Amino acid sequence: MSDSQTASPETVDEERRDFIHIAAVTATVVGAGAVAYPLVDQMNPASDTKAASSLEVDTTKIPLGGEIRVLIGGKPFFLRHRTAEEIAAAAGVPLDRLPDPETDADRLVPMPDGELNPAMLITSGTCTHLGCVPVGPSQGNTGDYGGWYCPCHGSHYDTSGRIRKGPAPKNLAIPNYEYVTPGVVKISL
Amino acid sequence: MSGHESTYTPKTGFEKWLDSRLPIVRLAHDSFVDFPTPKNLNYWYTFGGILAICLAIQIITGIVLAMHYTATVDEAFASVERIMRDVPYGWLLRYVHAVGASMFFLAVYVHMFRGLYYGSYKAPREVLWLLGCVIFLLMMATAFLGYMLPWGQMSLHGANVIIGLFGAIPLIGEGLQTWLMGGPSIGNQTLQRFFSLHYLLPFMIAGVVILHIWALHVPGNNNPTGVEVKDVEKDTVPFHPYYTVKDGFAIVLFLIIFAAFVFYAPNVLGHADNYIEANPLVTPAHIVPEWYLLPFYAILRAITFDIGPISAKLLGVIFMFGSIAVLFALPWLDTSKVKSMRYRPVAKQFFFGFVAAALLLGWCGASNPDDPIIPLGDDKLQVAYTTEAGIDGVAVFAGYEDAAAFRSEKLAEGATASISIKKAPAFRFIHLAQILTAYYFAYFLIILPYLGLRETPKDEPDAIHKSVLGSAAAVPAE
Repeated sequence: MSDSQTASPETVDEERRDFIHIAAVTATVVGAGAVAYPLVDQMNPASDTKAASSLEVDTTKIPLGGEIRVLIGGKPFFLRHRTAEEIAAAAGVPLDRLPDPETDADRLVPMPDGELNPAMLITSGTCTHLGCVPVGPSQGNTGDYGGWYCPCHGSHYDTSGRIRKGPAPKNLAIPNYEYVTPGVVKISL
Repeated sequence: MSGHESTYTPKTGFEKWLDSRLPIVRLAHDSFVDFPTPKNLNYWYTFGGILAICLAIQIITGIVLAMHYTATVDEAFASVERIMRDVPYGWLLRYVHAVGASMFFLAVYVHMFRGLYYGSYKAPREVLWLLGCVIFLLMMATAFLGYMLPWGQMSLHGANVIIGLFGAIPLIGEGLQTWLMGGPSIGNQTLQRFFSLHYLLPFMIAGVVILHIWALHVPGNNNPTGVEVKDVEKDTVPFHPYYTVKDGFAIVLFLIIFAAFVFYAPNVLGHADNYIEANPLVTPAHIVPEWYLLPFYAILRAITFDIGPISAKLLGVIFMFGSIAVLFALPWLDTSKVKSMRYRPVAKQFFFGFVAAALLLGWCGASNPDDPIIPLGDDKLQVAYTTEAGIDGVAVFAGYEDAAAFRSEKLAEGATASISIKKAPAFRFIHLAQILTAYYFAYFLIILPYLGLRETPKDEPDAIHKSVLGSAAAVPAE
C-alpha cells in the first residue's frame, strides 16, 4: 500500500474505481459470451448430419413409368422414370398455362456428355403448399395431370412436377444433383 | 399478505433451533396456514391449488416415464408401446401423463378466465399476472415438446408445421429453423433435444410458480368483489383450515373427472394418427394440434391475406404470437378502475362474448377451414377441357352422370378434360375464424381500453365483509 492510502483511508480514487468496474464488467460479458457461443452452436447440424446430406442413387433400376423415393437428411425426393407419353405431355404444355412457368428442359440437369435425359425426372418430394408429401404412380394416384397429387389440400402436379391446379404456389423444387455416370445421380441438399 | 405479522411460535426446542437458522417452517406457516385470505372466495378460486396438483402429477409421472422411454427415432415409438404393454402399470402412468396434460390446460384456462372476469390482473397484481402469462407460455412449450416424444405421425408432422412457422421469419427464419431441428429436417437429433428440454421446462415452471405465489402473497388474493381487504379482522379468514379444505374438496372433484378420462376415455382427447409410427414419407390428411392449442392454430390459419410487404404466412405467425403477447399487456390495456365484472354491466357482456369467441376459435381450429358452416347453394361439378386446337372451356353440371357423359364426349373429340368440384358460395370456417380473430384482438385493444373510460359501473360494496353478510351487515350489531 502507498503512503497516501494508508494516510487517508477515506479517499477513494473514483477514476481507478470506474476503470475497475468497467474492466470487470467487460471481462464478465465477454466471458459469458464465450461460454454461451458453444452452448448455442451445439444445436446446429453436427458434422455427421451434414455429411449425410448427399446421396448417390442408381437410376437404372427404376422401372419405366415408375418412381422411387429417397430420403436425404430426412427430406423426401422423387426419381421418376418417365414414359415417352409423359415426356411429350410435359414438353407440350404452353408456358402461359402454367401458374409457375418453367419448361420441362429447364427442370432437367445435363448428363456428363452434356445431353439432357428427359426419361429421368428428379424433384423434391415436398409439396410447395404446406410441406406434405404428394402421392404418385406407386400409390396409384397421379392427379389430373399424370404427375403427382397432394392429398392434403388437393394440389395437382404434372409429369414435369409443375403445379397445375390447387393451392400450391410453386412447382416441385428441383434439387441440386449431378450425373456421376449416365446411370447414377448424386443428389445433395 | 406482506403487511401481516408472523403468528408462528416455535414450540419444541428443535423448532426454535431451526427457526433461528432457516425459518422455513415459519415461511410455510405464514404462507399456507395463517395466511389472511378474503372470506368471500368462491370455487373459481380453487383452480390455483388444482394447478399445483396438476404440475406435481405431470412431474412425478414424467420422471417415472423417462425411466422407460428411449429418445431415438428407431426406438421411441416401440419404447412407448413397451410402457403401455410390458412395464408394470406403465399404461396407467402414461395415460395419467397424457390425460394430465389436457387436465392441466383445462384448469389453466379456467384459472385465466377467472382472473379476466374478476380483474385479478389489475394493480397491485400486474406482476402476478405477468408471471402467470410466463407460466402459460412455458406450459405450451412443454406440451409441444412432449407431444413429439411418442414419435407418432402427428408428433412428427405437427412439429414440422410448428417449426415451419419459424421459417416465415424474414432473414433469420431458415437458419433458425435449421438450428432448432439440428439438421435439414426433424431427425434423431431433434427428438433428443426435445426430450431434454421437455424434462427441463416443468422445473422452470415450478420455479416461476414459486415467484407467482410470492407475487400473490404480497398484495394478497383478489376476490369476487374486486374490493381490496380493508380490515383483516372482518374481511379475511386464515388460509387453514378454511381454504385448505375448500381447495381440497375442489381438488377431489377435479381428480374424479381426471380419473374418468384416464380409466374410461384415455384417448378421446388425442389423435388416432399418433398411434402410427412417424413416417416422413406419408403425411396425415389432417394435421391438427392438441385441443388446448386449437384456438391459436385457428388464428394462425385465419390470416390468408397479405398486408403490404408482409406475407400471409408471416402475418399469421405474428397474429398467433400476438394473441398471447396481448395478454402480457392486458394490465395496461384495461383502463377501468373497477376490477370485478360483477360491477361492470357492459364489459361483462363483452367478456362473455370473448369466452364464446375463444371456444369457437377452438372449433374452427379443429375443422377444415374450407368446410362450409352455412352453405349458400349446392356444390356443382365442373368439367374443364382443352381441345386439340388449344381452346379452353368450362362446363358446369349438377349431377355426376351428365358431367361424366360430357367429359367422355370431349375426350372422344381428342381434348383433355377433367372433372372437379365447383364449391358453392358458403359461410366457411375460415370466415368465422377471421371474424372471431378480429373480436379476440378488438376485445383487448379496443373494447377494454375504451369501455374503462366510458362505462358507468354499478356500486361496489364498501368492504368484503359487507358483501358476504349482505344487508344484515348494514344494520349495526350493537
